[in-house]
Amino acid sequence: MRFILFALAFLGLAPMAEAQQRTRLTVYTALENEQLAPFKQAAEAALRDVEIAWVRDSTGVITARLIAERANPRADVVWGLSVFSILQMESQDMLEPYTPQGAEALRANMRSNRSPMTWTGMDAFVSAICFNTVVAQQRNLPRPSTWQDLLDPRFRGQIVMPNPNSSGTGFLTISGWIANMGEQGAWAFMDRLHENVQQYTHSGSAPCNNAARGEFGVGLSFDMRSVTLKNQGAPIDIIVPTDGVGFDLEATAILRGTRNLEAAKRLADFTVSKTAAELYGRFYAMLALPGVEPTVRGYPAEFAQRLVSANFAEIAASRDRLLAEWQRRYDAKSAPR
Amino acid sequence: MADITAPLQGTVRVKASPDETALRALHILGFLFLALALALPLSSLLLRAFQDQQGDFVGLRNFAIYVTTPSLIQSAWNSIWTAALTTLVVVPLAFAYAYGLTRSNMPGKWFFRAVMFLPIFAPSLLPALSLIYLFGNQGMLRWIMDGGSIYGPWGIIGAQIFYCFPAATIILAVALSTADGRLYEAAEALKASRFRIFLTVTLPGAVYGLVSAAVVVFTLVVTDFGIPKVIGGQFNVLATDVYKQVVGRQDLNMGAVVGMVLLVPAILAFLLDRWALTKKSATLSGRAVPYRPKPRAARDHPAFLLCLTIALTLIGIVGVAVWGSLIRFWPYNLALTLDNYDFSRFDTAGWQAVWLSIKFSLMTAVLGTALVFIIAYSLERGPRSGFLAGPLRFLATIPLAVPGLVLGLAYIIFFNAPGNPLGIIYGTLAILVLNSMVHFYTVCHLTAVTAIRQLDPEFEAVSASLHVPVWRTFSRVTIPICLPAILEIAVYLFVSAMTTVSAVIFLYGPDTKPASVSVVHMDEAGQASAAAAMACVILAISLSAKLLQLFMNGVLGRFTSAWRR
Repeated sequence: MRFILFALAFLGLAPMAEAQQRTRLTVYTALENEQLAPFKQAAEAALRDVEIAWVRDSTGVITARLIAERANPRADVVWGLSVFSILQMESQDMLEPYTPQGAEALRANMRSNRSPMTWTGMDAFVSAICFNTVVAQQRNLPRPSTWQDLLDPRFRGQIVMPNPNSSGTGFLTISGWIANMGEQGAWAFMDRLHENVQQYTHSGSAPCNNAARGEFGVGLSFDMRSVTLKNQGAPIDIIVPTDGVGFDLEATAILRGTRNLEAAKRLADFTVSKTAAELYGRFYAMLALPGVEPTVRGYPAEFAQRLVSANFAEIAASRDRLLAEWQRRYDAKSAPR
Repeated sequence: MADITAPLQGTVRVKASPDETALRALHILGFLFLALALALPLSSLLLRAFQDQQGDFVGLRNFAIYVTTPSLIQSAWNSIWTAALTTLVVVPLAFAYAYGLTRSNMPGKWFFRAVMFLPIFAPSLLPALSLIYLFGNQGMLRWIMDGGSIYGPWGIIGAQIFYCFPAATIILAVALSTADGRLYEAAEALKASRFRIFLTVTLPGAVYGLVSAAVVVFTLVVTDFGIPKVIGGQFNVLATDVYKQVVGRQDLNMGAVVGMVLLVPAILAFLLDRWALTKKSATLSGRAVPYRPKPRAARDHPAFLLCLTIALTLIGIVGVAVWGSLIRFWPYNLALTLDNYDFSRFDTAGWQAVWLSIKFSLMTAVLGTALVFIIAYSLERGPRSGFLAGPLRFLATIPLAVPGLVLGLAYIIFFNAPGNPLGIIYGTLAILVLNSMVHFYTVCHLTAVTAIRQLDPEFEAVSASLHVPVWRTFSRVTIPICLPAILEIAVYLFVSAMTTVSAVIFLYGPDTKPASVSVVHMDEAGQASAAAAMACVILAISLSAKLLQLFMNGVLGRFTSAWRR
């Protein structure tokens, strides 16, 4: 292949030869699989001399990798990772400060408040309930529309949620409750919810996947998850509770120590552009760039109002304490009931 | 026998010093390899146990925090009892199966030899999916659970029994495969009862294998997090505690602490192994007559039935997953389809991941087998007094006790350290190969050692007195006799590399994503059928490798074992 490219370059086929000159950026991400190809295509179309090489894994794995590689970073850019992970990396001084062109236009709570910025948001994804309608009918479960509805004794042993100590999705869920109900209120809520929980899973995607398969009636997860499952014919409804949901941002940052800083900065510029925001809008209902209309379907019009106001930095700072408290309350007595 | 060889060896030792030098050099090489690929990476991670997130030394503070974790005792106890119960079930089953394969005249042995490997032919996600399809809340056989849940200890134990069966059987089959027929003839001439022969001839010959198998199964269960993660629900074990610390909380320091706790079984295993060594003497001497079981219905029929039952269970579990790869969506749309095999629809790497996995596994098998066998030989036949022999033996037992997750992180920290010249392999296929060779080292090492120990050292002694250099004895005698074991090791490494997830998930680069990792990704994305499909492709490739091995065994057996007839 390379030989052919060289041969073509010899023949004076300039555009082909240019392909050889492209800077290859290693981009770590936790985006969904089906988003990788369109995102890569769009970025490479906008930045002709940049090639995107993805390393994609779940949020936990990719963050652990990034932190383990801290001494000698292999990623140039992180594009599409939970803001909580990004803030953790910021606290370990792993991010290159750079304000991408046009980043000031982003919503203020969806970008770094430092100057120059260390990260920029792309879009928000929210906690949601995956509700299996077939199982609900069989077991006579009411359709929940709020978090409080889940405390109904009829849900005893029917709810599955991710263990926040194992999964970023689990932490997103409880941080939403804390932002919404205050810490005392959230613990009181979780104490009662615990009675109805059948299982805390290690994987953030398992609750919704298993609810889709009818293993459980109700799985707590985030909104993006259900689309693939519904397309396959799973009888699930995705419910965004009306009493306030926690949200997490997908964010972008440049790694301190990247060997391709110039190209990385240009990719960062692209990630906050209108073109990029329109791309995010094909998958997400809440975008960091105001004025871009999301094209994703199936979200209520007043969706944005359901989002709790979250102070990400504050939640990230108390993460260790919250997780330890959660573990003390619910994990120690996790023998099967 | 031992009385005769001991003085002989003594006299030989003086004459054969070039051989000893060669074997000593191999000790050094083997030690260097395991030091670079195992000891140094592990210690650079374990050092983190004594540091805080900023890298400052904090002494034992992390351990103090860990000991006060409320769920610790519960996790440790859960790990121990599930592992012990699994061992108690697996080892007798594996012994009976291996006994049927090696000591009976039942029909269809080649079939049973191929089937026993089914559990490790696919990533552990496959049995977990099968168990959910069978015994989950929508499962076809859920009435067996009688209202109980598969998500918890019983699911873990069920899946682990399935998953550990091959490792135990491979060790026991090698231990039972070579026996001295003269001992059996003598016992029969003395009118010993069959039971007595079993107790006094068969079992003592297999003690080392039994101890190894038990140690391997126990440690495999304790260190595996894949199965408890998928099917264990919230049943906490030590391995999922590491997962929580590293993947959930991204706290490498606490992860290193739990990783160290998990090394305790390795040290116990090493001590047990040493103890078993003292109980062991060579069973296949230079004058040995290979034991050939004569047809005997009272033994062959039950053995056949038992092996058939086990084999059908294994096939059934795998069969459910194969069916699961052909349906649209469990359990609501059971229409059959081949779409799930069009992997590029679900994962950008597509079929590319499969080709990459084959390449990576072949490299692991070829390099790993040569390395494992030569190091094992130098240990078994080299100078006992060699100062590196002890440390080398110890290092060889470590990988089994290291969770893949811990080994993967250790590789990042060691090979990615600024200034490490070995850093050039980081992100390439080479680091995946190196990592897998080390990750699966112990079972291969034990197999090689068991095979070599069954050869009387007299072979070397005689060669030495005839001035035949050791490498010649090695290539003319040891390798041909051990060829079945060598092929077994190669296929085990190939298959393990095809299916491994836990370590390589931290090490693959943009162009080196293996198929086993794709399986996990597709399952996480809610594409269970596609995940099952790719797992089935891996299974088919592994099965082909195994059938090729059995075929070669048959062909080679005609040449290399001709002396035995």
